Amino acid sequence: MEAEGPLLRVRGLTKRYARRRGAEPVEALRGVDLTIARGGALALVGQSGSGKSTLARCLARLEEPSAGEVWFEGVDLLALRGRSLRPFRARLQLVLQDSAAALDPRLTAADIVGEPLEVAGRGGRRERRRRALELMESVGIPSAWSARRPRELSGGQRQRLALARALALEPRLLILDEAFTGLDASVQAQIACLLEDLRARHGLTFLYISHDLALVAALADEAAVLYEGRIVEQGTPFRLFAEARHPHTRALAAAATFLPAATEAWP
Amino acid sequence: MPYHSAVAALLEVRDLAVRYHLGSGPPVQALDEVGLDVGDGEAVGLLGESGCGKTTLLLAILGLLPPAARVVRGSVRFRGRDLLGLGERERRAVRGAEVSIVFQDPMLALNPVRRIGWQVAEVVAAHEAWGRSRCREAATGALAAVGFEEPHRVYDAYPHELSGGQRQRVLIAQALVCRPALVLADEPTAALDTTTRAELRTLLAGLQRRLGLAVLLVSHDLASIAALARRAVVMYAGRIVEAGTPAQVFGSPLHPYSRGLVRAFPRPPAAARAALVPIPGAAPDLARLPAGCAFESRCPERVPACALRPPHEVPRPGERLVRCFTYGG
Amino acid sequence: MTRRLVRRAAHGLALLAGVSLLSFVLVELAPGDFFGEMRLDPRMSEATVRLLRERHGLDRPLHERYLRWAGSLLRGELGFSFAYGQPVAPLVWPRARNTLVLTATATALAWSVAVPLGVWWAARRRRAAGHALSALTALLLALPDLVLAFALLLLAVRTGWFPAGGMVSLGHEGMTAAGRLGDVLWHLALPATALVLGVLPVLLRHVRAAVAATLHEPFVLAARAHGVPEGRLLFRHVLPAAANPLVSLFGLSLAGLLSMSLLVEVVMSWPGLGPLMLEAILARDLHLVLGPVLASTLFLVCGNLLADVLLVAADPRIRAEEG
Repeated sequence: MEAEGPLLRVRGLTKRYARRRGAEPVEALRGVDLTIARGGALALVGQSGSGKSTLARCLARLEEPSAGEVWFEGVDLLALRGRSLRPFRARLQLVLQDSAAALDPRLTAADIVGEPLEVAGRGGRRERRRRALELMESVGIPSAWSARRPRELSGGQRQRLALARALALEPRLLILDEAFTGLDASVQAQIACLLEDLRARHGLTFLYISHDLALVAALADEAAVLYEGRIVEQGTPFRLFAEARHPHTRALAAAATFLPAATEAWP
Repeated sequence: MPYHSAVAALLEVRDLAVRYHLGSGPPVQALDEVGLDVGDGEAVGLLGESGCGKTTLLLAILGLLPPAARVVRGSVRFRGRDLLGLGERERRAVRGAEVSIVFQDPMLALNPVRRIGWQVAEVVAAHEAWGRSRCREAATGALAAVGFEEPHRVYDAYPHELSGGQRQRVLIAQALVCRPALVLADEPTAALDTTTRAELRTLLAGLQRRLGLAVLLVSHDLASIAALARRAVVMYAGRIVEAGTPAQVFGSPLHPYSRGLVRAFPRPPAAARAALVPIPGAAPDLARLPAGCAFESRCPERVPACALRPPHEVPRPGERLVRCFTYGG
Repeated sequence: MTRRLVRRAAHGLALLAGVSLLSFVLVELAPGDFFGEMRLDPRMSEATVRLLRERHGLDRPLHERYLRWAGSLLRGELGFSFAYGQPVAPLVWPRARNTLVLTATATALAWSVAVPLGVWWAARRRRAAGHALSALTALLLALPDLVLAFALLLLAVRTGWFPAGGMVSLGHEGMTAAGRLGDVLWHLALPATALVLGVLPVLLRHVRAAVAATLHEPFVLAARAHGVPEGRLLFRHVLPAAANPLVSLFGLSLAGLLSMSLLVEVVMSWPGLGPLMLEAILARDLHLVLGPVLASTLFLVCGNLLADVLLVAADPRIRAEEG
């Protein structure tokens, strides 16, 4: 494992899906190149159908890429299989959009957060519970709520729970796939602050995936625009917004919703 | 005292209070002292977070509250008639024809096993005693009006064959096909991508203008309301806490909650990254509301009086309204 | 869609072949054969019995006998009945037709009652009616089909409103066409009722569950919000969306009804496959047992094929998947 160098390096990642006989395979990803430095925050901006979720799933090895390389902490991630892959699963965690669907409705909050620890076989039952409560507190959910079930929590609280679960195994890289979509502005702000705080405290690295350039501008220093499976432009959110070169980036910038300084009337 | 719009009000909600009785726990006070007006052809934006009671208000207007909900107090007058007092048959006559609604998630709001055109035509058939082909004509017309270039093809399609943005257009078509006077919109763009959202916003704005519709747009997206509405009303924990024009409410918010909300919203990117500023704390549990102002525990400007009783609405200059002790009340 | 149907039909044929083999082997495994009874008769010598068996090929190895029978199947004779001394086919088909009449009528009747009643039950807001229906279905469910059949038979015998058995009355031939139809229907009433009562509780509960689950879907609220009247909403909006599990249930219900019908036929003397099969089993008339088994399997396969077609027709999402 390299001590220096980027945390994640992706070269030429390609993913093809076969369709019914006779039809051309669909190329969800076409040669994606990405680099994320340790402790950094990269945002991937794309609309539905751009391939962003496919990318997240490929990086998390939930799907197998058709071609390309993924280097995580200097190790070839795609070469790992089975047992050798397991330790890396802990170091790369995924948080998805629909928190209600991502959490087992029958489990309590503490169970949900403690589940990765149980699966990885870390610590005894008491130790796991203690750690689960600790994690819940760190994301702002009172440990008194440990017995609550997902349906008794609001959207923002569920998303925090999903986050706590993702942090259980102390990952190095956190991929958040549309984790903010559907949340209110103030809840979004709270979770964004929380993530910043965690980044500072634990030295986490983030990959944010979003369709909202406006939100991304507040979350990350570096953004890449994904369009039809390819990265078409990259830069700071400010530059992408102010000096967009690719037409799709311009479309995204135009559609991004901010609170304008002076609210105009009807378009 | 409720806000009165400058034009004659099409919809007048006065002192509406709705409670949910769920199982064994204490009742949930979903709405309290809610009053607002929507004038003819006017677009009003209702801003508030999830769980603040916005959807309850819309359902109450349509008379579609679930059995666990009870209207404790208040009235909802549409063209002078109190909708809450109507029988089911009369309410059904109003729904879809005079007051219609666009729901949030088009994948869920459309019947998955029925063709699109049929679903739009059903709205017509529910209100007019027309034959099948005339209903079909009206439905096709509505589909064309929401921007489908080949309405006949879309007519025969199924929901799963369309994209999210297209499905949302179908919902709008359903809401408009009977030419209602008032359209309620429950987060109509929340489930969509930013680019699609922008398209739908433009579509809605255009339709509203062309057809002279009155719109009550419920959203937690400040920018949608800023772009579409002439008046903005802010709701917190089931109560209206501020009202004014979008420029007033977002440019110079009066209520501390509005201020916090505006601050939490993303700004246009500057050279240096500006992090989002959250409102500390969490929204209150509507089943256990405090005796005083619901926002008190999170309010940076609270005073001891805030915890004693909820503040009243106070009119402010420029046809504004705020519910906060800072301004009296 | 045709590709899917062809595939299903091929599966059906494979199923028939498999059933034929399995039932052949299973019946063969049972000790004794048709001529076994004869050995008890002191007038029959061992040699005669052995000769008879040889003549009918009962001393051949298993696979040879199977192949001979399979050959007979393909020729359309369905094997040879020892008891009747003739090919099985002409014995089976008339009976099969009668069973089909009974089962088809019962299926149609059961579903025609279950669907509207189930929808109504699911849509009920008031508790009392729902509870009453719940208790009734529970009772029917707990009652064994045999008991139901006997109870109805008792009713027939005691009151004389219905015939106590058979499919036609004396003098059936002499009636007019309408009269003949009426006569059959009159005889059909009780056996069909027994079957319907036996399967109705299950269907009812499933219909109710499927519809009740669909009623919670957001699109139902949306349709209400558009002013669609309740009745139309239930039957034109909700039911089609809830149909998916019910269509699958239709296929399963056929199997249940078929086996129930064989029993009911025996009890109520309806001249279908049931009594024929019973008689053949008791006599160890091998091919006459297998004939009805295959006929029943054929009904089942056709029924499930129908259910498949209905499923594709009912749910456009499945159509899209299949392409």
